[in-house]
Amino acid sequence: MSATDPSAAAPRPARAPAVRSGRRRGSQRRREIAGLLFILPAMALVVTFFLIPLCMTVWMSFHNWPLMGAPRWTGLDNYAAMMKDRRFWNAMNFTVWYSIVATIAIFGVAFPLALFVERTGRATSFYRTAIFLPVVVGFGSASLLWAWLMNVDSGLFSPAAQALGLTERPVNLMATTDGVFWSIIVMVVWKTAGFTMILLMTGLQSVPHDILEAARIDGASRFQQFWRIKLPLMKRTLALALILSVAGSMLAFDQFYIISNGGPRNSTLTAVYWIFSQSFVSFKLGYGAALSMVLLVILVVISLVQLWLLRSPTGDK
Amino acid sequence: MARRPNPVAASSYHLAGITLSLAFLAPLAWAFLSSLKPAAEARQPPLPPWPTTGVTVENYITLDGYGAGFWSHASNSLIVTLSTVVLTVIISVLAGYGFSRFRFPFKGVFFIMILSTIMIPFQSILTPLFLILSKAGLQNSLAGLVMIYVTLQLPFSIFMMRNAFDAVPIEIEEAARVDGASVLTVLIRVMMPLVAPGIITVAIFAFLAAWNEFLAALIFLTDQDKYTLPVLIVAVRSGRYGSIDWGSVQAGVTVMMIPCVILFLLLQRYYVRGLTAGAVK
Repeated sequence: MSATDPSAAAPRPARAPAVRSGRRRGSQRRREIAGLLFILPAMALVVTFFLIPLCMTVWMSFHNWPLMGAPRWTGLDNYAAMMKDRRFWNAMNFTVWYSIVATIAIFGVAFPLALFVERTGRATSFYRTAIFLPVVVGFGSASLLWAWLMNVDSGLFSPAAQALGLTERPVNLMATTDGVFWSIIVMVVWKTAGFTMILLMTGLQSVPHDILEAARIDGASRFQQFWRIKLPLMKRTLALALILSVAGSMLAFDQFYIISNGGPRNSTLTAVYWIFSQSFVSFKLGYGAALSMVLLVILVVISLVQLWLLRSPTGDK
Repeated sequence: MARRPNPVAASSYHLAGITLSLAFLAPLAWAFLSSLKPAAEARQPPLPPWPTTGVTVENYITLDGYGAGFWSHASNSLIVTLSTVVLTVIISVLAGYGFSRFRFPFKGVFFIMILSTIMIPFQSILTPLFLILSKAGLQNSLAGLVMIYVTLQLPFSIFMMRNAFDAVPIEIEEAARVDGASVLTVLIRVMMPLVAPGIITVAIFAFLAAWNEFLAALIFLTDQDKYTLPVLIVAVRSGRYGSIDWGSVQAGVTVMMIPCVILFLLLQRYYVRGLTAGAVK
């Protein structure tokens, strides 16, 4: 029998109660320590590489913090400078605009796709896999691929449009803000629609069959079944997919850095891109931290909205 | 339920399905096919997409000439990725087990603390991370990058593993303990096989995240020799090593895509499980 862990033992002959409870307390204590030891590595990493940096961001944002030399306390100077930083607010505006357009575009494509791949069957599961495949390819690879497709001389879009007679002369998509913006929107939809599609499909499939059956018997049309039954019942999935898409877009960096370099004329700089260039190109670390605080607050608010949307109201499972 | 599929509807469904599949796969195929063209042809627009003047691995050989050589960067990527996968699995299995099976003070607080880091974008703590890594001598090192990647994977992974352990009936463990097995033996011999699907899910997500990550690698690796593949290929494409060689860029893109695609096709079930875990919960 287990001498090392009496608490786990099956019924055993009664011993002196005092001894027994003493041993039980000792073993409970040991299990507490064991539990703490199990989570220790995880806690150490999260504290060192997340919580401490998080507090440091706040602290650094009140300093003039050069790469070399001593940081100097400057109070709210960074924040004051930020308020006047036209480029930053332009980048912020652009990022919000991009997030809205990207999210609408992704949903506009992913929702029909989710309905399309909802059924079972070999072929459908192949379609699902094919549509999902770009999701697992990195944003870096996807951006490099798209940068090439968009290239005016060696790429695909402009020469193809010309070959099809859609345009007379080569069109350099990289030369205009709109060209860059909409190309990147198309790329992001291609890259992430599969992800949203799978989420929405899971939501659709979680709608109980008997409810749909009952609706059908009552004569509900397919559209009514979708609009009046499926959609309300998958509210939580919908909220999750929406928030993931918005939060992801607000943090966009790779595609704008790789494809457009923020251009033309800095018109496609995103928030993260501007923070990156202030912190790691100009090495104004304190100022970068102050900018980061804005981003942080926005994303925490988005997360709180998510928690609020996903809260379990009574009756919802 | 038992509606007979009418043949017109069925074939138009599949026609649409095939068209959609082709549309989503086309860019990937385009990159791959272009990477096989001779350099001169790869500079021309990819019409038609397949090589017309012969198939060659020329672009892959040129790619090897950039930076510290292809293999050296590929091994940087592999080292970072595999270390991230192994460490993420070990740490999240331990923590998941701890959170699932043990009672200790502040357990709930610690759990929420780890999970809530998912709300905070790591992009907003880059500057202090940079300082911390420099202080620890981990700046410009693959090890430092691994630490960050592992930390970023932990909330999701620990959540997955805790749920996996929660799903194992407590009786199995108690039986093993009655037989006199130690806590660690129970975990490794008895529990690990039972939570293997969860481990695979955690491992795939860690692999894809680390293999594809760009921003942190761009910031924290300042020494060219240390570049991971995404950073190297972006440098190639930006013309840092001379005029832009699109053939090599597509070769690089192909090399970066292949492990992701293979891994996903083999382990799709586990990947989608992880993806929907958040949706259902």
